[in-house]
Amino acid sequence: MSAAAREGRVSGGEVLRARVRVRRGSFALDVALEARPGGIVAVVGPNGAGKSTLLGALAGLLAVDDARITCGDRVLTDTTGGVHVGPERRSAVLLGQDALVFPHLSVRENVAFAPRAAGVRRAQARRSADEWLAAVGLEGLADRGPGQLSGGQRQRVALARALAARPAVLLLDEPFAQLDVRTAAELRDLVREQVRGSGAAAVLVTHDVVDALTLADHVLVLHDGAVVEEGTPIDVLTDPVHAFTAALAGLNLVAGTVVDEGESILAGDDGPRLPLAGVVTAVGGDAPVPGARAQLTFPPAAVSVVGAADQGWDAVVVDVEPGPAAVRVRTTGDVLVDLAPAEAAPLDLRLGAPLRLAVASSAARLRALPNA
Amino acid sequence: MSAPAGGWGAPRLLWAPAALAVGLLVLPVVALVVRADWSSLLSDVTSPAALAALRLSLLTSVAATAICVVLGVPLAVLLARASGWLSEVLRALVTLPLVLPPTVGGIALLYLLGRRGLLGQSLDAWFGIRLPFTTAAVVIAGAFVAMPFLVLGLEGALRTAGTQYEVVAATLGASRWTVLHRITLPLVAPGLVSGTVLCFARALGEFGATALFAGNTPGVTQTMPLAIYSAFNGAGVTQGAAVALSLLLVVAAIVVLLVARAWRPGRVG
Repeated sequence: MSAAAREGRVSGGEVLRARVRVRRGSFALDVALEARPGGIVAVVGPNGAGKSTLLGALAGLLAVDDARITCGDRVLTDTTGGVHVGPERRSAVLLGQDALVFPHLSVRENVAFAPRAAGVRRAQARRSADEWLAAVGLEGLADRGPGQLSGGQRQRVALARALAARPAVLLLDEPFAQLDVRTAAELRDLVREQVRGSGAAAVLVTHDVVDALTLADHVLVLHDGAVVEEGTPIDVLTDPVHAFTAALAGLNLVAGTVVDEGESILAGDDGPRLPLAGVVTAVGGDAPVPGARAQLTFPPAAVSVVGAADQGWDAVVVDVEPGPAAVRVRTTGDVLVDLAPAEAAPLDLRLGAPLRLAVASSAARLRALPNA
Repeated sequence: MSAPAGGWGAPRLLWAPAALAVGLLVLPVVALVVRADWSSLLSDVTSPAALAALRLSLLTSVAATAICVVLGVPLAVLLARASGWLSEVLRALVTLPLVLPPTVGGIALLYLLGRRGLLGQSLDAWFGIRLPFTTAAVVIAGAFVAMPFLVLGLEGALRTAGTQYEVVAATLGASRWTVLHRITLPLVAPGLVSGTVLCFARALGEFGATALFAGNTPGVTQTMPLAIYSAFNGAGVTQGAAVALSLLLVVAAIVVLLVARAWRPGRVG
């Protein structure tokens, strides 16, 4: 903090507020988000959902059609007012999948780059670089060239270089995607700790559920350019609304219509028939009435293969792959079934083979949908 | 130059034409060395006329290269980062001196900067500046023919390097100017050096445009190539002197290439 004061740079502590609309041919991005100092907002979504476009707009690297982006009192982009602050004056630093450590500069000079660009004297910038290198666990490597570092070390250099800029906004674009599991976990801890400490408002783009769960205070699910759901990671991932979020959380999602056949049943659009007695109804949801649209989410482990005469629904095997229990079977309507070896062994799991399935209703959550 | 042991190599059929190519490039120089009259070589290359030509050649080539760097680097940066029809047209125009016979370039320079030329007229009338047949004309002719080597080489290097490092540097708070001199140019330093060396070598060897635009006045515009041509045609000196001067130019060119190769602005680590 004292280093920041000496360098006279923006030192975090400002809320990032952004509303961004971009139109590219048939693709339209429309996102509103707010990131608090020291907090991380995760933006998750499939490829092509508009995540990178959003980061580009926040960094000031992209032309936007309609946007207002502010950081504390500073207006960074305001299309109605004709304001567009250039990337070099936004105090918004990118940390991407590729570390992009400047290959012609030593590790120390890389980290000292932002202070030097801000006019800090060489000796002081180098001292501050050494402090940041120590903070990311790279003391002693300052004189190395980028070519002498491992992938994880390069990403640490990139993090130190970003933090040395004392950014008000940290834009993280899948920074752990190219690291092995162990290195990624260590770097996640480091990022969490440093973002909290620096007071930067961070936006993390990812499609890794681990990133969202371990780092984010707030998750925003982006699909086809629109925010389809948002909330705390635990809320979004335990009670997903959108099929992509359900897949991210490792849950089955079946949408269908409620029917009354002596008991209340959800008739899935792709064939599954799920009894609704005993399911947990999402907060604020009404008791299902026949004819209403609704969706159920349930873990693959809650699905079991039952006898032909038992209550359940008929499905066929679409795919068989290794799973957390042993075998994961994808069935009609994308319903996943996790089977332990003892359960899987006696079954006929050839592609196209029929299965009768049932769900333990206590593990399922019901959510009412607007009527189609 | 040997194929990696046990590794995948190029087809053996390529060896014959490749050997012929090397022969075509190297044998003429060998013939020059064989033909040289070694007894008079030292006196030939240290004659006042030869030394004056060498000095003039080096000076004008350095000056032409400096002009190419000062004007060509900005042009290369702008071309590499531009898109659209204008940049395509500019790129084609930059290539023009490469494909034009240098004599055509010399005539074109005369019609532009000669005493009755497009610009030369005004230069003469307003400032009393007459460029043709001066040492300045040698420099201009050299810059004209050498510029494409620097611009095209550097532009290629800039395109290959891409803009990703520049984007990171910008978000770290670096102004465009800081990005240019701390990131962009250092990243393409090898391309800049090789472009500059080629540029210098081209200026050093320039003959046609110089002969037409600057003439062949000993001590003023008679560079090494012109001195060699004159000597070979028996004007003043002998053919032996021409061979000696040629060898001197060959040695000068080789020295330049070796120095440039030894000095590789490398990456750290």
